[in-house]
Amino acid sequence: MGALRQIGAIVAKDLAAELHTREILSAMFVFAVLALVIFSFALDLEGAAGRAAAPGVLWTTIAFSGTLGLSRSLAREQQTAGISGLLLAAEDRAVIFAGKALGSFLLMLIVEAVLLPLGTVLLGVNLLRLELGLIVLLGTLGYATVGTLIAAIAVNTRAREVMLPILLLPLLIPLLIGAVQATAGLLEGLRLAEVGVWVRLLVVYDLLMAAVALLTFESVVEV
Amino acid sequence: MKRQWWDWGLAIASVGIFLTALGMVFLYAPREATMGEIQRIFYFHVASAWIGFFAFFVTFLTGVIYLITSQRRWDVLSLSSAEVGLAFITMTVITGSLWARPVWGTYWTWEPRLTISAVQWLLYVAYVMLRTSTLSQERVARFAAVYGIVAFVTVPLSWFAIRWWRTIHPEILSGGEMAITPRMLHTLLVSLAAFTALYVTLLRQRALLERDRDRLAALQARWVAEGDIGDV
Repeated sequence: MGALRQIGAIVAKDLAAELHTREILSAMFVFAVLALVIFSFALDLEGAAGRAAAPGVLWTTIAFSGTLGLSRSLAREQQTAGISGLLLAAEDRAVIFAGKALGSFLLMLIVEAVLLPLGTVLLGVNLLRLELGLIVLLGTLGYATVGTLIAAIAVNTRAREVMLPILLLPLLIPLLIGAVQATAGLLEGLRLAEVGVWVRLLVVYDLLMAAVALLTFESVVEV
Repeated sequence: MKRQWWDWGLAIASVGIFLTALGMVFLYAPREATMGEIQRIFYFHVASAWIGFFAFFVTFLTGVIYLITSQRRWDVLSLSSAEVGLAFITMTVITGSLWARPVWGTYWTWEPRLTISAVQWLLYVAYVMLRTSTLSQERVARFAAVYGIVAFVTVPLSWFAIRWWRTIHPEILSGGEMAITPRMLHTLLVSLAAFTALYVTLLRQRALLERDRDRLAALQARWVAEGDIGDV
């Protein structure tokens, strides 16, 4: 079976499992909405304050709700011994990694597809723009890549739900700075080319992390 | 890895160089014109920042070697370097804040070098927490090696991201606000030597401690297996 078909099979398996239970998606949704509402109360986000804080609020919400999804996605493999099955079925560890990362990426995109219109309503800024979609895509891709690698580590530690954010968030700092700055620039009415330096940072981050993750994932899942 | 006679020599030498550096900082280096006495913290601040970063690089490098060879001694070095590096980076952040207070009028500011030190500190802490959070030693070694590699790769990216974001740090070596005299340079170089010697000594002692722990664990395992310590 070709590598692409194997990756497709893993993604299809993850999405099918999620459609049956919807436990990850519903948890991420509820958490994202909660975060938006709590930010609005805590920072008193109305009018100008909402517009100024929107990029930070958006990416913090994505970052925190993402850890919920990653944590569950790998914990599910662990509980059902699915990871052993995957390790037996797929020759190449890179295929398993790509499949799991792509699955988490898609789940996060589904949540973001709701988060962006919701943020538009609650924060009073237009988050539904094509250029902004590109930034969200790049940011989420990098997040899912690093997140999948770190979740595979965290799931084997004693306090896995605690370890995941502690390990993951410091690694995401360049990604978050780039995504927040690019989003802020676009919301101020700059064009995509004018936030080019941040877009390039996101692209470099995504590529570099994908390379490192593909090279090291094998050491993480070895039993 | 065994204790050697030169372990003592190493420790004594680093104490010696350190005292020399301390003397130079207070007696040999001139008083800086605008910042005054507070600038003297600069020598140890820069030296500990350098070691903080260098120790991180050692953790990265030994992590790569460990993943290739699976030899325990590389993992021991990786772990030791991270723990010792955490101490140095903590010192960098503290001395940086003490310096920033009189010079910039605030203990903390989101200045690039201060910020990257804080980011490195968080990465080190996460690494050390990971080391203590799983049961199997062989497994934790692999996880930590991977984490050390990923963490090291993100540091330059964080650096550029923060730098593009903001900068107000004095550009010391590229002729910014603070001009550096030959005496200042000598003091800085001796401070760097002192901190490097101290790092090597601590790294070595930490690695030896880990070796002793391994031996203790092996003896305990034997004791459990045989129901008796036997001849140790």
